[in-house]
Amino acid sequence: MYSTDLRTDAEKRRAQKADAKRSVEDAAFLDAFQARIDAGDIIEAKDIMPEGYRKTLVRQISQHAHSEIVGMLPEGNWVTRAPTLRRKLILLAKIQDEAGHGLYLYSAAETLGRSRDDMVADLLSGKAKYSTIFTYPTPTWADMGTIGWLVDGAAITNQIPLCRCSFGPYARAMVRVCKEESFHQRQGYEIVTTLAQGTPEQKQMAQESLDRIWWPSLMMFGPPDGASAHSSQNMKWKIKRHSNDELRQRFIDTTVPQAEFLGLKIPDPDLKWNEERGRYDFGDIDWSEMWAVIKGGGICGKARIRARKAAHKEGEWVRAAAAAYAQKRNSEKAA
Amino acid sequence: MNSSPNFIGAMIPAKPETNFVLRCADNAMILGQRLSEMCGHAPELELDLALTNISLDLIGQAGLLYDHVQTLEKLAPNADVLALTRDQNAYLNCLLVAQPNVDFAHIVLRQYLFSTFQKRQYEALLSSSDETLAAIAEKSLKEIAYHIRFAKDWVLRLGDGTEDSHERMADALDCLWRYSGELFEKDSVLAAAIDAGLLTDFTDKYEAWQIEVVALLAEATLTPPDDTHMLKGGYQGHQEDHLGHILTDMQYMQLKYPSLQW
Amino acid sequence: MQSDNWFLYEVFIRSKNGMAHKHAGSVHAQDAETAILSARDLYTRRGEASSLWIIRSKDIIASDPAESGELYDPADDKIYRHPTFYSVPDGVKNM
Repeated sequence: MYSTDLRTDAEKRRAQKADAKRSVEDAAFLDAFQARIDAGDIIEAKDIMPEGYRKTLVRQISQHAHSEIVGMLPEGNWVTRAPTLRRKLILLAKIQDEAGHGLYLYSAAETLGRSRDDMVADLLSGKAKYSTIFTYPTPTWADMGTIGWLVDGAAITNQIPLCRCSFGPYARAMVRVCKEESFHQRQGYEIVTTLAQGTPEQKQMAQESLDRIWWPSLMMFGPPDGASAHSSQNMKWKIKRHSNDELRQRFIDTTVPQAEFLGLKIPDPDLKWNEERGRYDFGDIDWSEMWAVIKGGGICGKARIRARKAAHKEGEWVRAAAAAYAQKRNSEKAA
Repeated sequence: MNSSPNFIGAMIPAKPETNFVLRCADNAMILGQRLSEMCGHAPELELDLALTNISLDLIGQAGLLYDHVQTLEKLAPNADVLALTRDQNAYLNCLLVAQPNVDFAHIVLRQYLFSTFQKRQYEALLSSSDETLAAIAEKSLKEIAYHIRFAKDWVLRLGDGTEDSHERMADALDCLWRYSGELFEKDSVLAAAIDAGLLTDFTDKYEAWQIEVVALLAEATLTPPDDTHMLKGGYQGHQEDHLGHILTDMQYMQLKYPSLQW
Repeated sequence: MQSDNWFLYEVFIRSKNGMAHKHAGSVHAQDAETAILSARDLYTRRGEASSLWIIRSKDIIASDPAESGELYDPADDKIYRHPTFYSVPDGVKNM
């Protein structure tokens, strides 16, 4: 799907030398790269690329990987309490997929020369970000349904265009992720459907969960186009194919009828079909909430990072033991 | 006492065959549940996937076995109610599977001891007079072979890794070895199930099992404690306190919302 | 301690006998046995494999994209290697 940073030492040295010679990436170099992108070329890990392109991708792919890994925790909150064996198996398999997707993505980012260790260290130190949605709590079983339906639904809306991203390893990782995630949204919608068609108590549980998760899921598409720091350059480089606002609109347009089908109410009094646009109009998003979560970590932000730190710390002695054991076996073989 | 039909409470099966299948189901369920606690928290992402895989296998086995219990003796309206609403002392799993996830050393040793036992137990089911049970055993044995491979590798690595990992494994062995005697114990229920042709007698494999396990432990530079007083009683429903806390989570939804569909 | 001493392995999957092994991705592991097990857990969760190959990433020798001109372009104009280069008279079959 991807390959690692397969550049030989000589190639890396040459690339470094070339970078140094270009100390400022000159217009000719950037134009030539842009021409490749415009011609629909796919960039592979070993290709020469502008430092900005490389950095943007490392940031975006590693954030995406972190989101998969941290995203295991809100759902993990219900694994031991799942109401039936079938639901427990589905939830476990889904969370396991997220671990897998995190690993695919770390691998894709590693092709750009950054180690997984470094990326994980940035997550644990708070330097790297992950999707704000995963800092919200999951107080009821209904949240397992709503997360699959809305959060995975939003993720898929975001990820499908990424399958055609200009960077090959990322695009290939996304193809695999999208294929595997197709069941994630369905299982979520199935949970919500069961609740919406269940007792009044269950239906209320579903509505209350939708009320809480609707707005945060819209924020998953990022700030509005005018306020997005990276959007236009990323579109030019075809790292991103559609603007935040366009993807958000697509998500709303597909999701509203799904809620109506279940008799659930989207918590937005301004939401209405716009015949002229052929799309839904919707109310203002409270961006101050998103920025507060990004800066302050959200309700469960501290707990999420604490959990990841604890797992990483527990891994230290395990990794050390495995390394020591492998070394002993190797020296035995050599003897 | 809850009299709802959607609550099993203290009921245990009348027939020894059903009782035995329920033991197998509870073993798989409780260990699967224990491993699922690690989901998202394993010491390394690769290990998160591996432990979840084992958990999925075990809970899958439990599901098949609970369904089968229901066909032998309809104890509950459905398998979920059977699996998730009994009193602590109506669970018939061995004590080993409920032992806590103290650290990764405890997790892999518990898995190694259980899976090597489970292999012998399920092999004894292959020629069962109960064809469904034989088929479940056959399917599960492939999964079990993988569990053994995973657990065995890690017992070796941690036992013969660093000083720290060795000490952790020694501690795990000190804690868990005392639960190994119960695995091969032949009580009246098991004897009756064997007599009924449900399975062949695997308890005579105890010595061979011990020889294999002790040899692997020796390769991992570990020695089981001498003269251990073996703890038993799980199969008869005399559970330790650990199980109560597992059930608090596991039964939460079924007990809080009896009779609802999810 | 960092996991820097965990090596990177590339994973190749044969989906079923009769097919070639195809690159699937990579895994981190400290030895070959763990790499195989991790690759199995990571890349074959949906029954994608009948066989796995792994190889240490550092042992892969890859061609240099800067040399792709001299390596691959000369083949571009050898159109006579392709069957469509030749015209076959109408009425001649099975060729």
